[in-house]
Amino acid sequence: MTQPTLIMGAVAYAPKVVTIWEGFKAWFAQQGFAFDYVLYSNYEAQVEAQFDGTLHVAWNSPLAWVRADRMARSRGQSVQAVAMRNTDCNLRSVIVVRADSLLQSAADLRGKTLGVGAIDSPQATLLPLHHLRLAGLIGGQDFTVRRFDVLAGKHGDHIGGERDAALALLAGDVDACCMIDGNHLGFGLDGTLPAGSTRIIERTAPYDHCNFTTSPDAPQDLIDRFVELLMSMKYDDPQVRPLLELEGLKKWKPGRVDFYPDLAQAVDEEGFYSADGRILRADYRY
Amino acid sequence: MDAFFVPTIDIDRLGLDEGGLLLVRRALAQLAVGERLHLRGCAPDWDLHLTAWCRQQGHEIEIHRLADGPLEAVIVRGPWAQDRWRGALESGTSQLAKDEMPAQIADAAWGLAARGATVEAGSPAIGFNLRHRDEIWAATAGDLYRQAAAAQWDPQTAIDWDAPFDLDPEIEAAIAQVMTYLIENENAALVVPARHLGQVHPHFREVQQALALQCADEARHIEVFTRRLGLRGHRPMLSTAGGQASLHTLMQAPDFSSATFLLSVLGEGSFINLLNFLHEHAPDPVTRQICRLAARDEARHVAFAMAHLEHRLTAQPEFLTRLQNAVEQRHEELASSAGLNEEVFDALVLLAAGALTPEAIAIGHGAVQRLKLDMAAGRKARLLRLGFDPAQAQRLADMHTQNFM
Ligand SMILES: [Fe+2]
Ligand SMILES: [Fe+2]
Repeated sequence: MTQPTLIMGAVAYAPKVVTIWEGFKAWFAQQGFAFDYVLYSNYEAQVEAQFDGTLHVAWNSPLAWVRADRMARSRGQSVQAVAMRNTDCNLRSVIVVRADSLLQSAADLRGKTLGVGAIDSPQATLLPLHHLRLAGLIGGQDFTVRRFDVLAGKHGDHIGGERDAALALLAGDVDACCMIDGNHLGFGLDGTLPAGSTRIIERTAPYDHCNFTTSPDAPQDLIDRFVELLMSMKYDDPQVRPLLELEGLKKWKPGRVDFYPDLAQAVDEEGFYSADGRILRADYRY
Repeated sequence: MDAFFVPTIDIDRLGLDEGGLLLVRRALAQLAVGERLHLRGCAPDWDLHLTAWCRQQGHEIEIHRLADGPLEAVIVRGPWAQDRWRGALESGTSQLAKDEMPAQIADAAWGLAARGATVEAGSPAIGFNLRHRDEIWAATAGDLYRQAAAAQWDPQTAIDWDAPFDLDPEIEAAIAQVMTYLIENENAALVVPARHLGQVHPHFREVQQALALQCADEARHIEVFTRRLGLRGHRPMLSTAGGQASLHTLMQAPDFSSATFLLSVLGEGSFINLLNFLHEHAPDPVTRQICRLAARDEARHVAFAMAHLEHRLTAQPEFLTRLQNAVEQRHEELASSAGLNEEVFDALVLLAAGALTPEAIAIGHGAVQRLKLDMAAGRKARLLRLGFDPAQAQRLADMHTQNFM
């Protein structure tokens, strides 16, 4: 009798995704755990596959988590966030202007142009727009939103949109732009935004990023073993370390969902998904 | 750490994207895992950048406002930077003391690291085939490398290419044939060590360096022989199947020691006799100069080969049988080939004769016969030094290829 295999979904936002999950598959196999993965070109197809029996678990963006959660609730089911990276917790996004700009705070953006990331980027589009709404400004009404749509469907996983917006800021094509805090530091270090060339005028509230989301009917014993093995991955193990480094973490943590509500609110404000998880935006191509 | 001492650094106006991270990393490196670092700064958004960096690096961080206004960060050092070096490999001694030897077996996982470096566990195992010391080591490799580095010469300036001479066309043609033959041999002398060089584990740095300069020497020899060949407008002349078959067997030798034995102890050793012969008998100053310089280089190649085989035979006396087999096997393989081609033989006689008269040719012929005896005597002497008994040394010296190399 063959052992039941846990099937995980992941989105191929870059070629290294194959390397990562092949590595995990081999490592799980060594631990005696049958694991396989299915790659999707976009998070929408992946989340839908969580409801047709294809996947037991999915490596979801925060936006994909919001959709999976809504789809499950509307069907009287539930999904769980069972694990996340240490680096997925407490991110902030920032709104950046050129150092010599007259803009000092959110209110000054009125009538100006804001560069955002991909239409489906939580960090570079949805959460910053939500933050500005809290400050009383609505994108498209009080200021112009200019999207830098790189690889829509991948929920902003590709850094290209944030980088393009940053370059447009330097070129004077937009008055401000949005990015994750770590990318502002990273762009400073790699010279994309030379140190001192920009200024941060707004910071969003902290939010969480990716998680492993279970599918509604996933066998609990498989999920339990999967999570147990993840938690046992140690950075000081030379065989495990390259996998963790590729995936950008030091250790796996238990999943938590209390830092996603801002995003869920942004989804409603921007009319991205309906309450039952249908895609509403007609201009969303993936 | 002193309980009352709280390490604190102030990065002042230095941004974390302007080098500030270096100060943070160095301050954290002073702490044990779990200890706290207090940090202040006044660059724009330093707290946000520091928080993002700590998240990536796995350090806990809290930011609070001090009573007098400025922000302060408290970082708890995470274990990750240290965890990376758990199980790291020590890779030997950088500078060997006198009579000290490198590791018996170089760990494939040391890879390309400098000998003596601390190598992260999980570094790729790199497949260097020559990683057993006794298969390649020579006690004097380091000395020979230094001598070679000091003795490199520039063909452009070391040879007086414009030295005046005017040769009979028959003699100049004989030079062209000899040069054609020398280049072919030098090609083998370059390719054989080069093929091994890429297989030597870098832990055996002195061997790697000695072989690299040996290859450089041969490249230079190819250059100067080629230049002399064409100096009076000649094109390369004849290359025989027998000559190439002889050299080809050097490329097929089963291991580094056997190849080094056949190529350098027997072949290049004999080649030195040939170069000395040309230095003595060549009719023009350019040929004499290049043969003198090449012979000096070859002497180092032979010295390295002897030193390696002495090491190997000390470690594995039974390897002497393998060397004997290598000579015998090569002899068998070449039994049906023609040996030294007539054109080369005649050209050597002619060079030593200097003219086509019967009297001159008799002298030239005698000189080439003496050259062959010198070569065989030299081979025998080296075989004796390696530990073959006299009868065996004589037999193996005589079995060497008629092609000289
Ligand atoms: Fe040579
Ligand atoms: Fe040589």
